[in-house]
Amino acid sequence: MNNKAMICAQRVLFLVLIVFPVKSLLAWEVSGYGGIESLGFWESPLENQQQHHYLSGVIEAEFYHEWNDGRDSLVFVPFFRGSEHDDKRTHFDIRELNWVTVADLWELRVGIRKEFWGVTESQHLVDIINQTDRVENSDTEDKLGQPMINLALIDPQGGTLDLFLLTGFREAVFPGVQGRLRFSPRVNTEQAHYDAKGFERHLAVAARYVRSVDQWDFALSFFHGTSRAPRFLRTKNNDGDDQFTAYYEQINQAGIELQFTEGNWLWKLESIVREGQDQTYFAGTGGLEYTWFNVFSSGTDFGVLVEYMYDSRGFNAPVFYQDDIMAGFRLTLNDVQSSELLAGMVIDRRRRTQSYSIEASRRLGDSWKMALELRLLTQVAESDFSYSLRNDDQLRFELSYHF
Amino acid sequence: MIKQLLLITLFGLFSNAVTAIEAINSRGLEIITEVDHRDTGFGDVQMDMVMILRNKSGDESLRSLSMKTLEVVGDGDKSLTIFDRPRDIKGTAFLSFTHPLTADEQWLYLPALKRVKRISSSNKSGPFLGSEYAFEDLTSFEIPKFSYRFLREESYQERPCYVIEFIPQYRYSGYTREQVWIDSERYIPVKVDYYDRKNALLKTLIYQGYQQYLKQFWRAEGMVMTNHQTGKSTELINKNYQFQQGLGGRDFDRNTLKRAR
Repeated sequence: MNNKAMICAQRVLFLVLIVFPVKSLLAWEVSGYGGIESLGFWESPLENQQQHHYLSGVIEAEFYHEWNDGRDSLVFVPFFRGSEHDDKRTHFDIRELNWVTVADLWELRVGIRKEFWGVTESQHLVDIINQTDRVENSDTEDKLGQPMINLALIDPQGGTLDLFLLTGFREAVFPGVQGRLRFSPRVNTEQAHYDAKGFERHLAVAARYVRSVDQWDFALSFFHGTSRAPRFLRTKNNDGDDQFTAYYEQINQAGIELQFTEGNWLWKLESIVREGQDQTYFAGTGGLEYTWFNVFSSGTDFGVLVEYMYDSRGFNAPVFYQDDIMAGFRLTLNDVQSSELLAGMVIDRRRRTQSYSIEASRRLGDSWKMALELRLLTQVAESDFSYSLRNDDQLRFELSYHF
Repeated sequence: MIKQLLLITLFGLFSNAVTAIEAINSRGLEIITEVDHRDTGFGDVQMDMVMILRNKSGDESLRSLSMKTLEVVGDGDKSLTIFDRPRDIKGTAFLSFTHPLTADEQWLYLPALKRVKRISSSNKSGPFLGSEYAFEDLTSFEIPKFSYRFLREESYQERPCYVIEFIPQYRYSGYTREQVWIDSERYIPVKVDYYDRKNALLKTLIYQGYQQYLKQFWRAEGMVMTNHQTGKSTELINKNYQFQQGLGGRDFDRNTLKRAR
C-alpha cells in the first residue's frame, strides 16, 4: 500500500471516528403532523366582534432520541396553531420536552410532559396534572405542557405509585375578543386572581397509585396546589364594562378511578372530592360501555355508551355538567382507512339543556387524515354555565398530513 | 336372549366407535402437545413486522409494527405490539396478557391523549388494523383454547404433514373450525384453512420461509392470509427476530406501554 492511500485511509478512519458519535447524537426520530382546519358557526354571534368562520393551520412535531438500549430517552414536542381573527387561538406551546430514565423498580421523568388520569368518556374529573388548552378544541381533550419531576415506583407484582412535583403553574388561555366559544362578557386574560403567591402558586404536588387485578383496574390519586380550572368572578374593567376574572385557588383533591371489564362490558366510575374552592364538594361520573364486535361478520364494531355526571354544588357549579346524562354510540369500521364515528348527546336532567356532538374521522391514503366534528347546543337555560355558548353551534373540519 | 345378544353387540359396536373417536382426538392432542413442547423455552422474542394489505383490484396499503413476546410458564404469554405506520397511529401500543382458560387482559395506549385504556378482550373475530387477520389469529397459542381432531396424513408441498382440525373452545370466535397442516418432521404449522360460523371456507393462511433460531425455534418469515369470500389478502413479513434478550415482566407493564416504540 502506498503512502497516499495510507493517508487517505487514515483520514477516512478519522472522519468515521469523529462523525460516528455526532451521528449517533443526531439520530433523532422525527414524526408529527400538519393540518388545516375550517371552523364554522352559522348562528349570529352574541358580540359583533366575533366571526362566522375561522381558517387555521396547525403543526406538531415530535423529536425523539434514545440511548442506553432505550433506557434513557429525550423527547421534544413543539406545537403551533395559527388562526384567522382570534389572536388568542394563535398559540405556541411546548407540549413535551423531557428526559425519561428507566430502571427495574422505578422510572424518573423530568421536564415538560402530559399526564392523563381517568377512565370515563363524557368528562375527565380526576385528570388534573395539565392545564386544559381551552383555545385548541372545545372538547377539552387538548392540554398544555406541564413542567414536572415524576418518579414512578414500580411494584413487580403489578402496582405503580407515581409521585409528582409540578414546577410551574400554567394559566388557562381563553379565546380572544374576536373568538367564538367564549364567555360573554369575556374573561379578561390580562389579569387573573390567585390565592397564593410565588412558590406556593407555582408548586404543586400529586400522587397516584394505579393497579390492575384480574378484571379490575383502579387508581387512587391526590393533588395539592393551584387549581387548574379557575372559578370566574364577575368584575368591571377599567372602562366600567362587565368582565369575568379567572380566580385560581389553592385546592386539595382526592380522586378515585375504577373500571370493571367483563366480556363486552366496561363499567366505569370516576369520582373526586375537592376542597379550597369555596365549599368542599363532591363530583362523580359513572357509566358503562357495551360493544358488539364484528357485527354480522362485517368487521364493524358498534358500541353504546351511557354515563351520568354529578356535581354536589348543583346549579352553582362552574362546570357544564352537574346532573347530566350522556348517551352515545361509537362505530368503528376497522377498514383499511380506519373510519370511525362517535355520536353523543348530553341532557341536563333538570334544566333540559341539551348538547349533541358527532365526531368522524377517516384516513386518506397512507398519510392523510380527515376529521369532522359537529357540536350543537339547544334549549340552553339562562342559569346554565354554557349559556354564553348558546349561539356557538359549530362545524369543524380538519385535513392533516402525518409524517 | 337374542334380543340381549343384539343389545350387547350394539353396545360393543358403539363403545368401539367411542374409543375410535377418543383415539382420533387423543392423537390430535398428542401432535399439538408435541408442537407446543418443541416451541417451549424460547423465553422471550421480539421482531418487526410489515403488513401489506391488498384488495381485489390489487391496491396496496402498508402497516409496520413491532412485537415483543414473553413466555410465561404456567400461564399464557404476554405480548406488546407497537404501531409505527400508518403515521397517524404511530406510538399506539397494545398490551395483552393471554390466559389459557380465563379471559385475556388487554390494554391500549393512545399517544395523542397519553391515555392507557383497558379494553374488552371479547373482540376475537374482528379485523386487526383493517387486515385479513383477526385478533384471534394473532394472539399467542395456548393448548386449552381448542379441542383437536386428527384427520389424516397428507403431503403438502412435498413435505409429509398431519392434518388436524382445531375447534375453538373460547367464546366469540369467528370460526367453527380450523384445518391445520402440520409438518410431521419439524412439528410446525404450514397451512391453515379457516371456516366461518356458517362452516364455509373463509380464509387460508400459508406460512413461508421458515428459519430455525437457537437450533430449536422455527419462525416463518412470510405469512399470507387470503380471504376467499372477499378476494382480499394480507401478507405479513416478519423480520429481525431476536430471541432471549432478557425481557421480563417490566417490559410488559403499563409504564412500558406508555413509552414503547
